Amino acid sequence: MDAANYLYLSALLFTIGAVGVVVRRNAIVVFMCIELMLNAANLSFVTFSRINGDLNGQVIAFFTMVVAACEVVVGLAIIVTIYRSRRSASLDDASLLKR
Amino acid sequence: MYSNTLIYLIGLPLAGAVTLLLAGRRSDKWGHLLATALSASSFFVGLYQLWLMLNRTNSARPITQKLFEWISVGTFKINAALLLDQLSICFVLLITGVGTLIHIYSISYMSEDLDRRRFFAFLNLFIAAMLLLVLGNSYLNLYVGWEGVGLASYLLIGFWNQKPAYATASKKAFVMNRIGDMGLSFAIMIAFATMDTVSFEGVKAAVGHTSTAALTGIGLMLLVAAVGKSAQFPLQAWLGDAMAGPTPVSALIHAATMVTAGVYLITRSNFIFDAAPTASLLVVIVGAITLIFGALIGTAKDDIKKALAASTMSQIGYMILCTGLGPVGYAFAIMHLLTHGFFKAGMFLGAGSVMHGMNDEVNMRKFGALRKFMPITFVTFGLGYLAILGVPPFAGFYSKDMIIETAFNSGGQKGTILGIITLLGAGITAFYMTRVMILTFTGKARWDDEYHPHESPWLMWLPMAVLALGSVTSGYLLSRGGALVNWLSPLFAKHAESKQLLSPIVVSALALITVAIGVVIAWFKYSRKTVEVVAPMDVSIFTKIARQDLLQDRFNEAVFMRSGQLLTDTLLKTDENLIDGAVRGVAGMALGSASSLRGLQNGFVRSYAALILIGAVALVAAIWVVVQ
Repeated sequence: MDAANYLYLSALLFTIGAVGVVVRRNAIVVFMCIELMLNAANLSFVTFSRINGDLNGQVIAFFTMVVAACEVVVGLAIIVTIYRSRRSASLDDASLLKR
Repeated sequence: MYSNTLIYLIGLPLAGAVTLLLAGRRSDKWGHLLATALSASSFFVGLYQLWLMLNRTNSARPITQKLFEWISVGTFKINAALLLDQLSICFVLLITGVGTLIHIYSISYMSEDLDRRRFFAFLNLFIAAMLLLVLGNSYLNLYVGWEGVGLASYLLIGFWNQKPAYATASKKAFVMNRIGDMGLSFAIMIAFATMDTVSFEGVKAAVGHTSTAALTGIGLMLLVAAVGKSAQFPLQAWLGDAMAGPTPVSALIHAATMVTAGVYLITRSNFIFDAAPTASLLVVIVGAITLIFGALIGTAKDDIKKALAASTMSQIGYMILCTGLGPVGYAFAIMHLLTHGFFKAGMFLGAGSVMHGMNDEVNMRKFGALRKFMPITFVTFGLGYLAILGVPPFAGFYSKDMIIETAFNSGGQKGTILGIITLLGAGITAFYMTRVMILTFTGKARWDDEYHPHESPWLMWLPMAVLALGSVTSGYLLSRGGALVNWLSPLFAKHAESKQLLSPIVVSALALITVAIGVVIAWFKYSRKTVEVVAPMDVSIFTKIARQDLLQDRFNEAVFMRSGQLLTDTLLKTDENLIDGAVRGVAGMALGSASSLRGLQNGFVRSYAALILIGAVALVAAIWVVVQ
């Protein structure tokens, strides 16, 4: 199978994620979209690793997963805390730094 | 010869000034005594130096003291050093002698003043600065003293600066002096540029191989300096206003010492003027104009101090004129300077004594008949009066007649013109001084009951008596057997015996006749007629002009002040509109762009994300384009 197809898929997933981040208000959904973008990037890394025949891309994919896991832990904690104090998980409501 | 005691001359009064200024109110009780004692001790050091000098031969008389290396840049070295020679010692004794007498006088004169200590501190500062001026061994050292006396003069004219008019007078004196100071600094710069040295010795040695143009330049700049400091035409307008200072200050600074610094400067620079005839000629012209100018102003002034100030201007005009006549004139100028120091300081102190007894009134039209109430003041003032008139055997007879004689004998048409001018000046001097005498001391009393004229205490009349003694004897003592001329002659170039146009007897007779005419006119005008208490207004245009200092202030205002203001206004506007405008424009641009960009900082996470996305896409697109 042509490796380029994986790259197309990766680009598609990344686009879906990016659009989701920009257009959705719910923090949880935005968060999931970010995960989607990260995984799209992972897919690209792995694909390039395959094309080039070395393991660097795969190693970086593992790094990305670790970073994503940490990010999930911190991000979810923040979202839950905001929800508790404001009874809302809407990103547009959490614009207090401006004022 | 080398000596290490010269510094005491300057150091003693300087220490007094520093002590009194630093100790402040704590020294109020004894400050004036300390200042007087230090000034007197400086005088005694001067006397001691004179005694030492008399015991040496002519060539060994000048002594120097190096204080420290002042400027050392590459091969250019200037030491702060002092030089005491036959010329400086005259000034040292005049400054410290008259200065000490005036210190003594001021103890009593200023006793009512709360700030007497500060006054004495400034007096000591002045003595120190003036001594530095006459003792410096280079133009640069002289310059330090020159500025120092300017400062002391400013501080003392404005001593009662709670009165705005007095504060303005001190500022006027300072600013007009600055013009002269600029001349001196230019002279130093030209000397340094063309001769590579600024010491008197070095410049004297370098005169031989320096172009006449440079020497003339230095001479003219020195003349500007002398004109500023000595209140000569056209920078004389400050001296009349300088009378705002306490009377002892007028006596010491604005009659006896500081204003004669210009004469000292020209005499000291005799080697330059001898080699620059153009500059010399201009010196003569300035002196001649001023001696008539001052005398004319003196005839119209009703303020006793201002009349005396105008007379000072005129007498210094005599000295300046005489210095311009070349080697033959220097010694006579110095002689007139010394005798003038005695009689003019004495008369100023007399005026102070009159003011002291008359509630500080200065208008002579409100005096009259004070002879009975102030006999000592009348006698001492009268002796000074006879001295300035040049009546034999008083001091002025010897010194002023020598100047008139030198002027007549300077040769050709120039000599005749100068002789007539000096004679005329003597006549006008006789007129206005007689007027002062008559208005103040004789005639009917023109003051109200609120005045209670009385003789001054002994602390005040003692210095007046000493100065009066000097006015009587100094001329004879200094000219006996050519004493002063021989004493100073090693410093000046040899001069050929000039052909005598008029013999001394004829000159003396002419001078006495002119003086007598002046006295008689004044007597007819002021003694025979009643003097009005308020100055009459229906007077001739000439009197009106003379009352306004011959319109010098108006001229300065129209020509220099207005154009100066125009210049500063233009500069101010340029600064505000052009330079400030540019700076403000840049700041405004930053502010404007920032406030429009501020809108992007809206607090919505998603819009930040969108911006990041757009940025990233744009970056990728840019790379794409570049790679392609």
